[in-house]
Amino acid sequence: MNTIHTDYLKDDFESLLSAQPDSALNGWRKEGFDNFTKLGLPTLKNEFWKYTGVARLFVKDYGVPGGECTIDESIIKKAAIPGSEDFNQLVIINGKYIPQYSNIQETEGIEICSLDEAAKGKYHDVVQEYFGKSGLFLKDGIYALNTSFFDGAVFILIKKNHTISNPVYFNHIFDTTQNHLLASPRSLVIVEENANVSLIESYCTNGSMDSLSNEVMEVVAKDNSHVEVYRIQNDQPTGSHVGTTHIRQVGKCFVNTVVVSMDGGMIRNNTNVIMEKEGNEAHLYGLYFLKGHTHVDNHTLVDNSKPRGLSNELYKGIMDDYSTGIFSGRILVRPDAQKIDAYQTNNNILISDKATVNTKPQLEIYADDVKCSHGCTVGRLDEEALYYLRTRGIDKDLAQAMLLKAFAEDIVNHIKVASVKDYVNKLIATRLNMED
Amino acid sequence: MSEGIELLEERANREYKYGFTTNIETDTVQKGLSDEIIRLISAKKNEPEWLLEFRLKAFHHWQTLEMPRWAHVKFPEIDFQDIIYYAAPKTKKAKPGSLDEVDPELLKTLDKLGISLKEQKRLSGVAVDVVMDSTSVATTFQSQLAEKGIIFSSISEAIQKHPDLVRKYLGSVVPMTDNFFAALNSAVFTDGSFCYIPKGVRCPMELSTYFRINQENSGQFERTLIVCEDGAYVSYLEGCTAPRRDDNQLHAAIVEMIAGDNAEIKYSTVQNWYPGDANGVGGVFNFVTKRGMCRGHHSKISWTQVETGSAITWKYPSVILKGDYSIGEFYSVALTTGFQQADTGTKMQHIGKNTRSRIVSKGISAGKSQNSYRGLVRAAKTADNARNYSQCDSLLLGDKCGAHTFPYIESKNNTAIIEHEATTSKIGEDQLFYCQQRGIDPEKAVALIVTGFAKEVMNNLPMEFAIEAQKLLAVSLEGSVG
Repeated sequence: MNTIHTDYLKDDFESLLSAQPDSALNGWRKEGFDNFTKLGLPTLKNEFWKYTGVARLFVKDYGVPGGECTIDESIIKKAAIPGSEDFNQLVIINGKYIPQYSNIQETEGIEICSLDEAAKGKYHDVVQEYFGKSGLFLKDGIYALNTSFFDGAVFILIKKNHTISNPVYFNHIFDTTQNHLLASPRSLVIVEENANVSLIESYCTNGSMDSLSNEVMEVVAKDNSHVEVYRIQNDQPTGSHVGTTHIRQVGKCFVNTVVVSMDGGMIRNNTNVIMEKEGNEAHLYGLYFLKGHTHVDNHTLVDNSKPRGLSNELYKGIMDDYSTGIFSGRILVRPDAQKIDAYQTNNNILISDKATVNTKPQLEIYADDVKCSHGCTVGRLDEEALYYLRTRGIDKDLAQAMLLKAFAEDIVNHIKVASVKDYVNKLIATRLNMED
Repeated sequence: MSEGIELLEERANREYKYGFTTNIETDTVQKGLSDEIIRLISAKKNEPEWLLEFRLKAFHHWQTLEMPRWAHVKFPEIDFQDIIYYAAPKTKKAKPGSLDEVDPELLKTLDKLGISLKEQKRLSGVAVDVVMDSTSVATTFQSQLAEKGIIFSSISEAIQKHPDLVRKYLGSVVPMTDNFFAALNSAVFTDGSFCYIPKGVRCPMELSTYFRINQENSGQFERTLIVCEDGAYVSYLEGCTAPRRDDNQLHAAIVEMIAGDNAEIKYSTVQNWYPGDANGVGGVFNFVTKRGMCRGHHSKISWTQVETGSAITWKYPSVILKGDYSIGEFYSVALTTGFQQADTGTKMQHIGKNTRSRIVSKGISAGKSQNSYRGLVRAAKTADNARNYSQCDSLLLGDKCGAHTFPYIESKNNTAIIEHEATTSKIGEDQLFYCQQRGIDPEKAVALIVTGFAKEVMNNLPMEFAIEAQKLLAVSLEGSVG
């Protein structure tokens, strides 16, 4: 029977707890599972999940990973972004950080360990203070599900006054050779004062069965820090993903995020930037270039609670075949958060007559001295521009490809790590049948 | 000196101008909602069997529904059993044949509201249908309109005289199952206007309905049905007020419009229900479903609304663009002050080919009010070359109010082009400074700037309405500056 069911997760949850009776994280897990039991999976009636029926993924029995994870080194290599050899690579298999496969190049100024270890050791207070705070903003069953089942979570601390010259790279691999997989990757990244770091994530499903990775990454950025977050999604159509990047700007700092979704099953990205100090700056970019039946839902939140914040959001989408692209952006300006500049733009191109786009750019403003705007467009390629190129002897397909490439480039150019940028450009060129 | 007194007077008058009550004998039914009450209302109005069935079906459906809570407004639970669903001013006859037969007290009330039926008849050439509480009390110009084949009457009268027409169109655009309030209205609607423009007729004058809630504890549930046959044109105005009371009154209306081939309907509203007092007590809950259907090709429906009243406004005048080349327009100014909350916008459903729609929404928030725009633009798979442009601007006056924008854009057609733009800001200091430099006091300067801000919408109102609306804006803004 193809009905949505999650009852079996209760047994899985209990065996997770009994396998790790002395984990420091069980309190959170129990609370998470209580919430999940209460909330259930979000339905389309939930405004926050209006366009993404995530519950329908649960018609199948997902296996929750337990015990040891072993994987062939060649698969790790294959999954990695080309040019990532110099990165500080964390290999995350089925949501679990596996130190023996990982390759941390730099040790100066950076602390990487499992969250459990951090919570038990000298970072106990830090974990207590910062872990799980995204739950104040994400109150749905999917988030609760991650909090119930996260296992092998990573703790990263970038120490004061350190610039990490090589990006920290999360190479997520999901092994679905045996069964459908529900993975719950989780990470907490603390960027201390004057520190500078780039975080990169990629996702790869290995195997013929389906995977659902339900990820939560919490980033805490302190005074004068600089954080870049890049998420590159080019998984198989069997790889579905719900990912939350929850960034708290607890000090005056700079944040830049880019999400590129090229392929996969059903993808939901939550990017939250919570500005808790005066004068914060954040840039949020996203590109979704979809084909097949891929469904990508980008949700963003910029929460301004203190004055003089600056945020700029640009999301662009190209939908081909039967794909669906969704953008739902929310700018929230809380009372007394004056002198806010917040901008939001979403542009969409439909290149197939079977594709769908839904967009919902929202402004919610409770302070008066602000400059906020949003704009969004849905349309097709500019006929004039196509005509211009064609009159110069460029054939139709190439002309169209050139225009789409230029459209996408606005986002790609905000990736500051050269090898990642090259990789994304290559993916786009391949999609457009262009030579790079 | 005299200027000072004037200002004082103005301040004193700032209270809701239409907050008086009229002591007219009214015929009411007991509070509450049940099959019996609905049968009673239907019997009082001497309705045909099919309509009673329609009502009961809607009521039974309504009982299965829950109060929607998705709008960006906060309000207490409404006790639907504590409302009088039928209240009618008692008249000797069922409906007065001429104005002389109308209760003089009623005429006085209407005079006070600035809708002198007699005068209007002579001067402005606008046909008016007045609905007080649950029933229509007077309709002017009926005979002149009838010469052209136009039917303009209260809906109860139309049910008696033109049952086939009403039956054909009632619930065809807003089905009784549409939403919670539509179901409620379908069950208990008591009166409203019916307007039918036959093929090829251009309605020679503006048609107008004036709604007023008078009776305490009563809700108003009127129903307006406008049918414009092929090639016809009509411009329709709607106005409303309510007395000042401490409890909240409920207004849940339905407006349905149908436009045939090449037909055009222009619907203008100045909504000025009682907004509640300075502490946010009382006021009308305005939960309205308005929808137009561009059924024919090259048809056009245009909504223009000026929203200044109501404690809570919950209203989305929509257009279903079904005919090829049809056009939908929505122009709105929503001004909220005090503790008012507005969640208003539109829905444009593009279904036909080469359909076009345009949305211009201007929100102004002051005091401690919350003003939201919520709009949907949807291009169906069949809507080749659909084109939409939306613009939503919000102006904030004061640091305790809120302005919000929630647009929904859904496209399934790759030839459709949809654009949405929104801005939120406060009044420019430089603009204020410029005015004050030229001796315009701050309050007038703000009124001037706001009028300019709303001009694009005001220009779409018929003349008489535009003047009234502009005054209304200025009055509503008083005291909200500084």
